[in-house]
Amino acid sequence: MQELKKDLYLIDKAELLTVIMEKKNALWRLCQICCSYPKAENHFEVTYSFANGQDIANYRLIAEREEEVPSISRVYKSAIFYENEMHELWGLHVENIKQDFHDKLYRIDVETPFLEKEGE
Amino acid sequence: MGNRSVVPYGPQHPVLPEPIHLDLVLEDEKVLAAIPSIGFIHRGLESLTSKKDFNEMVYVAERICGICSFMHGMGYCMAVEDIMNVEVPRRADYLRTIWAEMSRLHSHLLWLGLLADGFGFESLFMHSWRLREKILDMFEASTGGRVIFSVNTIGGVLKDMPADMLNDFVRQLNEMEKEIREMTDIFLTDYTVKSRLVDVGIITGEDAIRRGAVGPMMRASGINVDMRKNGYAAYNELDFEVITSNKCDSYARCEVRIGEIFQSIDIIRQCVAKIPDTEINTKVTGMPNGESFIRVEQPRGEAFYHVRANGTKFLDRFRVRTPTFANIPALTQTLQGCQYGDVPLLILTIDPCISCTER
Amino acid sequence: MGQFLPFTKQVIKNLFSEPATTQYPFVAREYPERTRGHVDINKDGCILCGMCMRSCPPGAITVDRAGKTWSINRFDCVQCGYCVEKCPKKCLSITPGYQEPGPEKFAYTVEVPYEPPKPAAKPAAPAQAASAE
Repeated sequence: MQELKKDLYLIDKAELLTVIMEKKNALWRLCQICCSYPKAENHFEVTYSFANGQDIANYRLIAEREEEVPSISRVYKSAIFYENEMHELWGLHVENIKQDFHDKLYRIDVETPFLEKEGE
Repeated sequence: MGNRSVVPYGPQHPVLPEPIHLDLVLEDEKVLAAIPSIGFIHRGLESLTSKKDFNEMVYVAERICGICSFMHGMGYCMAVEDIMNVEVPRRADYLRTIWAEMSRLHSHLLWLGLLADGFGFESLFMHSWRLREKILDMFEASTGGRVIFSVNTIGGVLKDMPADMLNDFVRQLNEMEKEIREMTDIFLTDYTVKSRLVDVGIITGEDAIRRGAVGPMMRASGINVDMRKNGYAAYNELDFEVITSNKCDSYARCEVRIGEIFQSIDIIRQCVAKIPDTEINTKVTGMPNGESFIRVEQPRGEAFYHVRANGTKFLDRFRVRTPTFANIPALTQTLQGCQYGDVPLLILTIDPCISCTER
Repeated sequence: MGQFLPFTKQVIKNLFSEPATTQYPFVAREYPERTRGHVDINKDGCILCGMCMRSCPPGAITVDRAGKTWSINRFDCVQCGYCVEKCPKKCLSITPGYQEPGPEKFAYTVEVPYEPPKPAAKPAAPAQAASAE
């Protein structure tokens, strides 16, 4: 784990589940999961944010374009929606989501994920 | 075992102001599961960062939602100011706080009206919206817009409120307070209202945390979480208590929101008494570079802004996690095991704002 | 419980009070002076710099330097006021009065009587530079 800035840590895939379990046992709540694809870096950055009262902690996972990231939806149920959203709108592969909406969470009539189109 | 069926609920439904779709799995009249799907008003506002520069994005951020529009603009500006290390003048902080609390006021009055409409109490709906209208008039007089205010800018606010306007608002709010009290007493004491709300849609505090609920949904389950206590804008100089309730049901959510209406009026009074006389904005130069995480307490709960800038005028990522999105898992939890007739009411108790959710 | 016809008070109040609404088409709505209704231009002040066109978030404003016109599509305008803020000459303003709905979008065009100081400005600049040396 590496501290990038205040409250933002870089973790790798192996650490993810330990971090998540730690947070869950300490009764932190999942604030959000954000997926981004900075053009300069050419990889996905998945940021998991946890909050406990006024405290916040963000953990960033870096994933390559075709890489799969583990799902945390079995630990935090609310992650189901964030992970489905990431898969649908960004095309990030999330392994084994507890409830997979198969790209039907957002009912939009344009083709998703949007990222693919930008690459063309 | 009774008959199982799947009922598609929404996107068009008389009780829903905005389109959300739920697939309800029913066993006779009992809901076994609810599967939400959203996206009917997805506009792709987050991806507009690649076309609009970071100053123009203020106006895009405001248009995420029509009710918390001010707070979306404010949250975005706060995030960019955080990246650029801009110190906002105190008066701007106070003005932002006043407008934010007025937004909360009108949002909660709107919600009370919709709730009354949801359980069929039409005249109560009319009364709460009549009162809300006066707040919209105040917005129009002070900012020029009734719904979208466009007063936020990176580095402060664009319009000032002179002292006589502020005092006039306080006078109007003092008058309204009595009327609001009269109306909210009906919500809290009336037999018909109580019979629809009490013990409906229970979510315990621990469940609320597990499901990541935010805002009044969380506070009605006895969890003391209010981002205003973080002290952004002028909240660190103001005196207020977080309103919570331990009843965990729909009635508790109604109670918390009603408590917040009066709290907002009180906060506005405090702001007007304390507002310092300084500039209202600072000149911001340069391009943002870096990233920031900002949390703002909206009427519906905590909104999360993540801005990531790369030193050009276009941002890399602008992420908004709106309160309704966070409350959807909690909503599906409350829907499990409820009666079919309570579904509209339970959807309303999270105060859904779908255009926020889909951006 | 304990209350007999609790709504009577409200009923009497409603009977003798004025309606909360106005008779709209017959009584005109009065807008406060800050209302952002539409963008107006003081054409004498405009220097056709195009700042408003570049900053307009929905792209409603077009400035034609060659044809000396400033035009706005009021149906695309979102009344955000960013052009007013950006205008270096402060010749734009946002005033009450909304655009009336219409069957199709059209642009409102103003001819700007601005004369760019072209030949005179050029020799002046090197002269200044020379004197500075």
